[in-house]
Amino acid sequence: MSMIVAERLTKQFPGESRMAVAQVSFQVEPGELVVLLGPSGCGKTTLLKLVNRLYEPSAGTLLIEGVDVRSMPATALRRRIGYAIQQTGLFPHLRIEQNIAVVPRLLGWERQRIEARIDELLDLVGLPRSYRRRYPRQLSGGEQQRIGLARALAADPAIMLMDEPFGALDALTRTRLQDELLAIQRQLRKTILFVTHDVEEALRLADRIIVMREGRIVQFDTPLNLLTRPHDAFVRQLTGADDLLRHLSLMTVAMALTPGTPPASIANLPPLAPQDDLRTALVRLLATKAEGLPVGSNGQAQGWLSLAVLRQMLGEI
Amino acid sequence: MRYLIANWPYVGELFLEHLWLTLSALLIATAIALPVGVILSRVAWLRTPVLGILGIIYTIPSLSLLVLLIPFLRLGYRPALVTLIAYAQLVLVRSVVVGINGIEPAIIEAAKGMGMNSWQRLLRVELPLALPVMIAGLRVATLSTIAIATVAAFVNAGGLGTLLFDGVRSSNSEKIIAGAISVSLLAVAANILFRRAEIWATRSRGPT
Repeated sequence: MSMIVAERLTKQFPGESRMAVAQVSFQVEPGELVVLLGPSGCGKTTLLKLVNRLYEPSAGTLLIEGVDVRSMPATALRRRIGYAIQQTGLFPHLRIEQNIAVVPRLLGWERQRIEARIDELLDLVGLPRSYRRRYPRQLSGGEQQRIGLARALAADPAIMLMDEPFGALDALTRTRLQDELLAIQRQLRKTILFVTHDVEEALRLADRIIVMREGRIVQFDTPLNLLTRPHDAFVRQLTGADDLLRHLSLMTVAMALTPGTPPASIANLPPLAPQDDLRTALVRLLATKAEGLPVGSNGQAQGWLSLAVLRQMLGEI
Repeated sequence: MRYLIANWPYVGELFLEHLWLTLSALLIATAIALPVGVILSRVAWLRTPVLGILGIIYTIPSLSLLVLLIPFLRLGYRPALVTLIAYAQLVLVRSVVVGINGIEPAIIEAAKGMGMNSWQRLLRVELPLALPVMIAGLRVATLSTIAIATVAAFVNAGGLGTLLFDGVRSSNSEKIIAGAISVSLLAVAANILFRRAEIWATRSRGPT
């Protein structure tokens, strides 16, 4: 069963002629990380807030695990859904441990279970347990955002909603947190809806991307398909589908591999790994001035990457 | 000074009367202002008319309000109490509204998004975060209440104002000085107390 099913979901704010979200239908499968991508005002955040009923839809239905969200109280629904936002929304008057424990307390967990969960979550997001007694403002922006993530995960919800959680961070911290989110996601397999206007972030994180414009879904597809088969000029421009380097960064060496023994002239060059992205591979190729590079993992040769093959692939895109 | 030293039991009695009038007025005023402020912070369209009415009350000179109430409440403690409560409302209600509505919207959104109901949000998030602003409002209200309470002696409500009015009537500058010093002492002490409370309320979010 799909985790989230939206059917002709519509939101029109009072006094506005344009619909913020217009008859949107989509399905998200369990364990998927789906990014809502689009320019500001496209309705992506509104759509996100329709899921946990911070906004009520004007029309249409939303099912979570087959159940209409309006059949249960909004507060009960929200306690089942993790929620992380850009400004973190951490409670400044509560210690880190109290911030993380908010939803478990609302759910009436036993004290011991909550205490154990706080330690577990601090380990998961890579912060020392000694942070428990600190207050949010004693932490850096990146650390606060990690606590925001831990707090959203606290009651182990099946669904997580994330509204530009890394938007206010510097580029370095953002990349590190994206990596950690992916690592956590590989471990926990949550169903995640992630809002961003940052195309790089979307391409990096998403299993699938919903591209939105003026309240409608323009395309719902995998990152690679968005680049190689953009639905229209808007998607092409938004994702930079004409940007060959961006294409390469989303493809792996394994996709362009020539099997067999590499030519003797390049056999002794440092090898590429099959999971390296092609952009990195191209940079290495150009730097070594060789016609190709051997590919292998753990000293085991798997074939080689030829510059000629790569050039041919680029011509086809 | 000589009057103060010679008559300290009498001045002490007036001091306690003054303190009692101030405290009881503030207690009742806060009990009214807190729920009113919370309602105004939630119901936007009520805000302007209610604060407007409280503003008008605030502009009535205290002496005339006291005198106006005499036909209904007679002389003494009661008209003074009502006057002081009415004057404190504007400052107290506004500090509750500003305190709650000044909270960063992301914090309120997070509280809602995590599934707190309206009461849980109020008690666990909004009131604790509004506390420093509310204490600041209470401090201002306390100081003005102490000051206005001196006028209450005019309607036989007692307190340190008695010394001032008697002193003026009998051209006794010693009495006036004794009254003025005592009132100032009370005001300064209250100010220091509330400043401490404000700092405590802000600090309870961890050292910066």
